[in-house]
Amino acid sequence: MAEILTPKLAPPEASVTTAAIGAPLIEIEDVSLYYGAARALKNISLKLDEKVVTAFIGPSGCGKSTLLRCLNRMNDLIDNVRIDGAIKIGGHNIYDGNVDVIELRKRVGMVFQKSNPFPKSVYENVAYGLRLHGVKAKSDLDTRIEESLTASALWDEVKDRLHSSALGLSGGQQQRLCIARAIAIKPEIILMDEPASALDPIATARIEDLILDLKKEFTIVIVTHNMQQAARISDQTAFFYIGELVEFGATRKIFTNPAQKRTEDYVSGRFG
Amino acid sequence: MNTVTPGQYLPEASGDTTRITRHFRAEKFDFWSFFFSGLTGLATLFILGILATILLNILVNGWSAISWHFVSTIPKKDFFDANTTGVLPMIVGTSFRVIVMTIFVIPVGVITAIYLTEYAANTSIITRIIRAAVNNLAGVPSIVFGLFGLGFFINFVGKNMDAVLHNTNAVWGQPALIWASLTLAVMTLPVVIVATEESLKAIPPGLREASLALGATKLETILKIVLPQALPGIMTGGILAVSRAAGEVAPILFTGVAYYMASLPSHLSDQFMDLGYHVFVLSTQSPNIEQTWPILYATVLVLLLLTFALNIVAILIRARVRKKLRALG
Repeated sequence: MAEILTPKLAPPEASVTTAAIGAPLIEIEDVSLYYGAARALKNISLKLDEKVVTAFIGPSGCGKSTLLRCLNRMNDLIDNVRIDGAIKIGGHNIYDGNVDVIELRKRVGMVFQKSNPFPKSVYENVAYGLRLHGVKAKSDLDTRIEESLTASALWDEVKDRLHSSALGLSGGQQQRLCIARAIAIKPEIILMDEPASALDPIATARIEDLILDLKKEFTIVIVTHNMQQAARISDQTAFFYIGELVEFGATRKIFTNPAQKRTEDYVSGRFG
Repeated sequence: MNTVTPGQYLPEASGDTTRITRHFRAEKFDFWSFFFSGLTGLATLFILGILATILLNILVNGWSAISWHFVSTIPKKDFFDANTTGVLPMIVGTSFRVIVMTIFVIPVGVITAIYLTEYAANTSIITRIIRAAVNNLAGVPSIVFGLFGLGFFINFVGKNMDAVLHNTNAVWGQPALIWASLTLAVMTLPVVIVATEESLKAIPPGLREASLALGATKLETILKIVLPQALPGIMTGGILAVSRAAGEVAPILFTGVAYYMASLPSHLSDQFMDLGYHVFVLSTQSPNIEQTWPILYATVLVLLLLTFALNIVAILIRARVRKKLRALG
């Protein structure tokens, strides 16, 4: 069991100061996004590395969530959206005509700001994704569900109540369940859109520990309003401002010695 | 207004540095508030009173003619003898047509509502045409539906079915249970569509997003997440449709109801008798209206009880579905 991860914490200081721990996995090339006539993203180019936590920071409305949702093509669901440029994951442009969006979303998982467990049991929540992608046998399901709940630091709390409603869990537990649900189908990349913003500090700390664990196995991109959180858990940080990428680099550098004045103003709290 | 004056509760203002005290004067009796809440109470009592009067009237007048014999006998052609008459074929006919209607209206209504809510772009011209059609359908008088059923279902669909099946005698090209049920289905379609749409819209979009983000297709999301959640609302639509259709007479006048049938309907191409229509028959064809009154009221009472029973069954099923949804998945 739990061959995925052992719960060891990687201290933030040990994260890289150079921008590459592995090859770039996600390459965002000159991406612009339009909601109708309004331009929400302006010529974003970015390369995100493998098995590293990247944080998108910036004030409200700067486009960080929009860019995040481009990475698993969730913006396809909105009418009137147009995307220029290319986003390559593992070398292939995900906006090509022949890309299977279902397969893409299996490889790129997402956790949302407001936890959204299905109104089913804990077991069925995690089993949903597994069943979608072909895991049918009960023994397989049981094993995979236990693995992902353990990896999300939730197993001990729910192992006696797997078949009771997920809606009876606390906010922090529900969010960890959503994370378990996302990692059960073994994606390569996990996108997190302000996953802890609705949670109290204790639950937030548990989610942050979890992210530090998960990065050994998954590439994580996290959007956060909380700069201290970005500083705590991320290896690389991208700062956005009104649809533009202002600066991108190692978290250490962004928060201690940023190259751009706007970045410095934001991280020191002069605006935002 | 009669409450705290600003600053009144600050310790400095009241000269008290150790305690903060707040002073509220008792609210003066407000006549108009009392008047309007009394008015709403009276309105409620008035409506309940009317309902109670109608129900009591029916109960008191019809109770004497109700008996086990009454509800279980197939009457002879003379409906007006209280000792030998019965309403069994009418009960069966009304129940059958309501059930067959439900079998048609629920799938069509739910699928339409799913299309309008989940697939159609809200601004496209086709969506607007469909919505306008649904709204206008709800306003069409019942008798017009009856004529529609005659002209379309019987004279067009039925006659052509007979031609294709090479029936020498008219089997489908005449009034029949199925045509009456289909006419009622068309009539109650707006009710089911609206109820289903409301329950679909009540489901938070976050659930759909979560499902799609896991790699489900839109159809899988609808079938596995959205529809199960919407089930109680759909059943509400069904309950409303059944309540409306059970008492309707005009749509079935030309499409399937018969003055007299010697046996119970057994086939979709049979004609049938009906409780509501029977009330009309008893009122207009009776040679001695005084003698017929108890039978009339008893028939009405049976119709109400039947509608009530159909609704109770549906409401109980819906309550069980709701309980299951709330407890777990």
